[in-house]
Amino acid sequence: MERSFEQYFRQNRLPHLWCPGCGNGIVMKAVVQAIEKKGLDQDKTVIVSGIGCSSRASGYMDFDTLHTAHGRAIPFATGVKLANPELNVIVITGDGDCTAIGGNHFIHGCRRNVDLTVVLFNNSIYGMTGGQASPMTPTHKKATTAPYGAIDRNFDACRLAEAAGATYVARSTAFHVQHLTDMIVGGLDNRGFSFVEAVCQCPTSYGRKNKMADPAKMMMWMRDNAVMKAAWDKLPDDKKTEEKFPIGLFYNESETDYATAYNEVIQIAGGADK
Amino acid sequence: MNVNITIKEARCKGCGICATLCPKQVLAVSELGKIRVLHEEACIACGQCELRCPDYAIFVDKKVKA
Repeated sequence: MERSFEQYFRQNRLPHLWCPGCGNGIVMKAVVQAIEKKGLDQDKTVIVSGIGCSSRASGYMDFDTLHTAHGRAIPFATGVKLANPELNVIVITGDGDCTAIGGNHFIHGCRRNVDLTVVLFNNSIYGMTGGQASPMTPTHKKATTAPYGAIDRNFDACRLAEAAGATYVARSTAFHVQHLTDMIVGGLDNRGFSFVEAVCQCPTSYGRKNKMADPAKMMMWMRDNAVMKAAWDKLPDDKKTEEKFPIGLFYNESETDYATAYNEVIQIAGGADK
Repeated sequence: MNVNITIKEARCKGCGICATLCPKQVLAVSELGKIRVLHEEACIACGQCELRCPDYAIFVDKKVKA
């Protein structure tokens, strides 16, 4: 039976080109289900993506889509939103795209509180280019550029977003599909910069290097190690091992968004009558 | 239980997520690298396979009584 979320996909582009077992497909489904839940108009929704495995998603989604330069999805999306504030703008990005190449754009997007919903597909690696370590590859995990394990400490993108000024910050995983959908719905509800990190599996580049080549096992790892925020807060420190991580809504605050502030400037400058 | 399991073969890449996560071992990956239904009668229509299929290749529906 046809599912209603299929209307948001470009059917002639499927099956997608992601590897067997790749979590990106699951997260992409969560994004369209969130759009469906919110009842957003397909013609008034724009999907902007950068470069990388995750950013291929814009090509499969039947909206107005922009596949932009590496790391620059947020600046393009800011432009779209300011040019036409009535559009719903959703950014799809990966861990490398968002926190390395686009690191500066990311923090300044948060700081400006532009009304965007950014979904970061965190597969912990640069999948498309051959499995290099990204800033979100956990310390001691292997990558082609870190054959003995990464020595760099990894970014916690959620804490980074919160510190930089994002007004909605949440995390979920590809295993917790319905929870992930709810987190994205919350992001769409928030007027301001919403950031949702979706932990997903890359069995080909990350899994094979780290003794988790089976995508189902990677999903079970998420099930076993993701802890809901309420439970995480009560968890004693010795139980917060390196593998465990919190999921849920971390931060939600109401602040003036960029388009509103900019509109005030237009009013003061007397440009509103034009 | 009366269920309809629909598989879109053209989309399936045989990753085996559905087969591993199925609580009743209903599914298996065939030699051709596609998922197939082994024990439809054991299916409890929990929908775990459909929920987590990255390729939107499997759909589970409870049969509606006529």
